[in-house]
Amino acid sequence: MQPPSSPCSEDKVEWTTIIGAHQGSWDWKLAELWNCRDLISLFVWRDFVSLYKQTILGPAWHILQPLLTTLTFTFIFGKVALLSTNGIPPFLFYLSGTILWSFFSTCLLKTSNTFLSNSGLLSKVYFHRLSIPISTLFSTLISFAIQLSLFLLVWIYYCFQSPSIQPSFSLLAIPISIVMISGYALGGGIIISAVTTRYRDLSIAISFAIQLLMFLTPVIYPLASVPHQYQWILSLNPLTPIFELFRFSFFGGTPCSLFSLALSATFLILLLILGLTLFSRIEKTFMDTI
Amino acid sequence: MPPVIAVENISKSYRLGSIGGTSFREDFSKKWGALFRRTSPPPPSDFWALKEVNFSIQEGEILGIVGRNGAGKSTLLKILSRVTAPTSGLVKVKGRIASLLEVGTGFHPELSGRDNIFLNGAILGMSKEEIHRKFDEIVAFSEISEFIDTPVKRYSSGMYVRLAFAVAAHLESEILIVDEVLAVGDAQFQRKCLGKIGEITSKEKRTVLFVSHHLESVRKLCTTALLLKNGKLLLHSTVDEVLKTFLQESNENCSSMIIHYPEKPLQEFHLQKIELLDEGGELKKSLQTWDYVRFRITFHSPRPLKSGAINFHLNAPSGTRLLLTSNSPDQSFTLHYQEGTNVIDCVISKLMLAAGQYLIGASLAVPHIECLYYGVDHALIEVQSKDIYDSGFAPESHRAFVPMDCHWELP
Repeated sequence: MQPPSSPCSEDKVEWTTIIGAHQGSWDWKLAELWNCRDLISLFVWRDFVSLYKQTILGPAWHILQPLLTTLTFTFIFGKVALLSTNGIPPFLFYLSGTILWSFFSTCLLKTSNTFLSNSGLLSKVYFHRLSIPISTLFSTLISFAIQLSLFLLVWIYYCFQSPSIQPSFSLLAIPISIVMISGYALGGGIIISAVTTRYRDLSIAISFAIQLLMFLTPVIYPLASVPHQYQWILSLNPLTPIFELFRFSFFGGTPCSLFSLALSATFLILLLILGLTLFSRIEKTFMDTI
Repeated sequence: MPPVIAVENISKSYRLGSIGGTSFREDFSKKWGALFRRTSPPPPSDFWALKEVNFSIQEGEILGIVGRNGAGKSTLLKILSRVTAPTSGLVKVKGRIASLLEVGTGFHPELSGRDNIFLNGAILGMSKEEIHRKFDEIVAFSEISEFIDTPVKRYSSGMYVRLAFAVAAHLESEILIVDEVLAVGDAQFQRKCLGKIGEITSKEKRTVLFVSHHLESVRKLCTTALLLKNGKLLLHSTVDEVLKTFLQESNENCSSMIIHYPEKPLQEFHLQKIELLDEGGELKKSLQTWDYVRFRITFHSPRPLKSGAINFHLNAPSGTRLLLTSNSPDQSFTLHYQEGTNVIDCVISKLMLAAGQYLIGASLAVPHIECLYYGVDHALIEVQSKDIYDSGFAPESHRAFVPMDCHWELP
């Protein structure tokens, strides 16, 4: 075979990239991901700018969605079903649950579609594949931030109105619940995205499963209102302490148990490790199976 | 000179039949069977898109990759651009690789040209700072500065390609991979792009891998070339030598007067065969200069289509187009596609071609609207020499392609 390019003195050449059949699933190439930060920020910006092009209300949709959902919940669960809110004003209570849950479910659903909905792009050019789910996370975080500021305005209003709600140092715990719920959405999302490249069933099941999961998480009711003999079911759900912590930060009351929070954090770390491992295994060959 | 890419024993196999179509039940029963019945599953029928390919590319080399459809060119490029991993073997790369397997990858239709330059540049691996620095140059190269703030969904396809290529041409990577992207865009812009690639390489010592069916651009641009056949590397040599071998190879497959096209899924428009017939409708025995020839084209249409267009074309081996004829509007011959197999004849009553080899092909389209099938898989025909002027000198294609029916006289 020509030309006489013999396997040249390899030790002289410094290879920057080696493409092989199997690079370990443990190699998550996080340094390479850091180099993709410009790309990630552009993806986030693209998602945000393009979402409401050619709409009349534009970014106002970020506010309208949780507002309308909360009004419906306040009416159905508060006025018709008469669910307890632990003495917290119902509108405020449902708004806090709605925005955190819609952040989680939107982010999980979108990241779980990473490979399927971007296959056109991913089949043509290489960049660190995690750039896509991570940028999804950030663009969902932006709309969550907008909704959170809406919530804060309502909350400040109630602070003046109702003596039972007062700001305290527990507000400092807000970032913890946001970081943890982001981790769950990202970790769960990349696991599902990796598995759906082979089994499409999961992408159908997941949107349905998320709806059910909402009722197994204290989103529209406080944990305290659940009969004692059933509370263990909810405590199996690692999202439970996160929602409880989020509410505790604003409304005070009984703090959620530190033990279940620590358990949830441990589970989160395991989930992320599993997610990253699966994801980096799949990303190299998903083009052949998708 | 040191190599910048070393490809060592690369193979890539695809599972035939059920690519991606696995269900959980199927996989589960396979695993179950293997576990308990101790029966080994039947060996899967693997298709080797690439088989033990070895080569290395030196810095500054412009390498053309040629081969028939299905020879493994795209698979090789996909592995080199890291879109998919090889089944076995290693590729070692020194420097950044930018791949251009498609123009405008990741363009967002709602965003303006300006925004898409940044987005596309970042997808191809540029940093924001780098794009800022080159922004004016990119806009100038694309020749669409007045539309730079218009959403790209309002662009014509030509403008779209210009903008996309302009971004790609300004990448600062050491290695550039280009696939058939220049097939779109007008001839003038194609030349500009080829010029730009050539310029970059000679100035900046950039290495380029180039795949094209347009053999003339491979010849013009590349210094060396690879010839792939059925997933194997046949030849890695100078571009002239490789193209010569490639044309000889094509010739061997095409000694008969029927050209069969590879089978495709029935939901796609595609050519099935082209037959060369004589006046009586019989298969021709040989093809000579000035012959009457009836090209009978059989194609498949997945659905009925009113007033479809079919184009028949004939190229010189270098890729230069010698003939392009269409039933509509050139001949205003109305053709309604039927669902399934369609047959149509393109009749040439006097084939004005000198002895030599030519490539023929056909494409299908909705006139002026949509290309349904693009005839890139050229088939080779050979015209035998015939002494049409009774002079003892038969026209040969290396002197001139088209022996017109002309004569000499005094005024």
